[in-house]
Amino acid sequence: MKKAVGIVLLTVGIAALIVACGPAAPKTVKFGVFEPLTGANAGGGALEVEGIKLANELYPTVMVGDKEYKIELVIADNKSDKVEAANAAQRLVDKDKVNVVLGSWGSSLSMAAGPIVKNAKVSAIGLSCTNPLVTKDNEYYFRVCFIDPFQGTVMANYSFKNLNAKKAVIIREVSNDYSVGLAKFFADAFKQLTGDENAILAELNYNTGDTDFSAQLTEVKKFKPDVIFAPGNYTESALIIKQAKELGITVPFLGGDTWETPEFIDVGKQAVEGVVFSTFFATETPITDTSKVFLDAYRQKYNKEPAAVTALGFDGYLVARDAIQRAGSLDKDKVRAAIAETKDYPGATGMITLNADGDAVKSAVIKTVKDGKFVYMATVQPY
Amino acid sequence: MTLSLLFQHIVNALSLGSLYALIAIGYTMVYGILRLINFAHGDVFMLGAYVAFYGITLVSLPWWAALLVSIVFTAFFGIGLEKVAYKPLRDSPRISIMISAIGASFLLESLGVLIFGGRPKGVPVPDVLSKVLHFGSVSMITVSLLIPLFTFALLGVLLWIVNKTKTGMAMRAVSTDIEAARLMAVDVNRIVSFTFGIGSLLAAFGGIMWSFKYPQLNPLMGVMPGLKCFIAAVIGGIGSIGGAVLGGFLLGIIEIMMVAFLPTLSGYRDAFAFILLIVVLLVKPTGLLGKRQAEKV
Repeated sequence: MKKAVGIVLLTVGIAALIVACGPAAPKTVKFGVFEPLTGANAGGGALEVEGIKLANELYPTVMVGDKEYKIELVIADNKSDKVEAANAAQRLVDKDKVNVVLGSWGSSLSMAAGPIVKNAKVSAIGLSCTNPLVTKDNEYYFRVCFIDPFQGTVMANYSFKNLNAKKAVIIREVSNDYSVGLAKFFADAFKQLTGDENAILAELNYNTGDTDFSAQLTEVKKFKPDVIFAPGNYTESALIIKQAKELGITVPFLGGDTWETPEFIDVGKQAVEGVVFSTFFATETPITDTSKVFLDAYRQKYNKEPAAVTALGFDGYLVARDAIQRAGSLDKDKVRAAIAETKDYPGATGMITLNADGDAVKSAVIKTVKDGKFVYMATVQPY
Repeated sequence: MTLSLLFQHIVNALSLGSLYALIAIGYTMVYGILRLINFAHGDVFMLGAYVAFYGITLVSLPWWAALLVSIVFTAFFGIGLEKVAYKPLRDSPRISIMISAIGASFLLESLGVLIFGGRPKGVPVPDVLSKVLHFGSVSMITVSLLIPLFTFALLGVLLWIVNKTKTGMAMRAVSTDIEAARLMAVDVNRIVSFTFGIGSLLAAFGGIMWSFKYPQLNPLMGVMPGLKCFIAAVIGGIGSIGGAVLGGFLLGIIEIMMVAFLPTLSGYRDAFAFILLIVVLLVKPTGLLGKRQAEKV
């Protein structure tokens, strides 16, 4: 009996505490930052978090209706692992009760979070995950970058028109949805451009975390391609290109947006000079007024040039903030609807308009590595 | 397949296999003495590579000095690890000490993430080790040529220690019967420490060679090589030093040749290593060169 009274008193006490705290607590909106901060993708995750944090410093509040809310970032590490990613996403929506999720670097990791944000009806904005499946059949997942069918075409065009390539070999990370998807879109576009069904001489596979690629690369030698397309995580890709040079392979290497991390050059060093890849944004060609704001703030804070995915992190934050402001409410469905209606929003990486799938339609940028730096080559418009 | 391509594949296979062999020796040494599978071996390997990396980048030591410092440091670290994580459990059931080894492995990985950071680091490989050598149409880097030489040299030294020296005799005695050896006035603690020192030294050396060949560090870099070399040690017959070397080479050759002859299956390379382990355990549980023992782990 005594125990029961105790429990009742305790419950009343807690309830009173909650009521008392309610109005006094500062009003916050929570943005879940869902990124790999350890493991193989940590370099990419860290770059996106830089952009999100910078946006949070410049724009720390949001107006919901006529009340000002503070935006709090809740950072969750998905450890570059699909299982951990699902756990981290679950934690963000269940325990931290975030209003919006931003991320993740890596399409596979984003896809692991897909069903979770969909069930919880929490909107997520992908920053640089380019696989079409991230947003497909998921009305709660959006992204502020282009998708791989476009990116694959860009690189196929570059190979065919700029390098005069007729035959290509693909090396792909078979356990990575991004790599497999982008390789397929490249292959489709390249076959169409060359008008040759056999333009792709071989597709060789490796696994995430592999370090020795000598066997695959020796096979590449046999095929004598004009170009090698090797989209994949920057860690493995840098080792692949380095080992290829050691085996005497001089054919140009092409890749995708994931290569643009400092670690890619740090590991690949001399070997990655001259590789060409597509990405989202170049500091050499600022597009909007937001680009200038972003570049100035970033250069001042970090004293270096930002990566494209950092700019996308900045944009993802701003798109979410803008949508909440337009929704005038923190209601999950109203926020979702407002994000879906995003049109001509001036982000750092260009004007952002989300299409029916929730994907941004934007131009791509081609970059190369020169003297240990990423250098801008060209801009390709979507058609 | 042309002859020169085949030669290139063989060179690749030997250079990968010798690296596996080098790390597998450490596993097998510890198992031979204590009947303990040191699951933290792969993480000691990681530690060795990081210490050498910081020796080169922070203190700007020449690479060979960094290598020596790292090997000595890691050897003492291994001895310390044994004292803390394994010695108190020496008389407990075998399973407790094995679980302690798994715990030590996770602890080292997590400390690695905390102290070294989760982002991968590029290793500054000395030019003399990364020079590309050409033999006809076959090419390799210097370090790939050196690793098999080191592996065989170390194999010779270890076999000499185990079979010809007094310490080696004591090691064999401890391996046969730890209680009887103690009664014969063998200082068991000293022998165990010595074994762990040697095992960790080999792990560190393997880790540094690995990081010169694949110049990228991350705190989880020891996990996969650790597993692969464990497989190599089991294939060769765990507890047998010659067996570990044989197993390492075999694993390297099978992995490379699988990709060479079945390129479409190249994504299943790791799976093949594990299938090989299962087959060996089914057909010849003691491994190729292992002795029959009634004990189970």
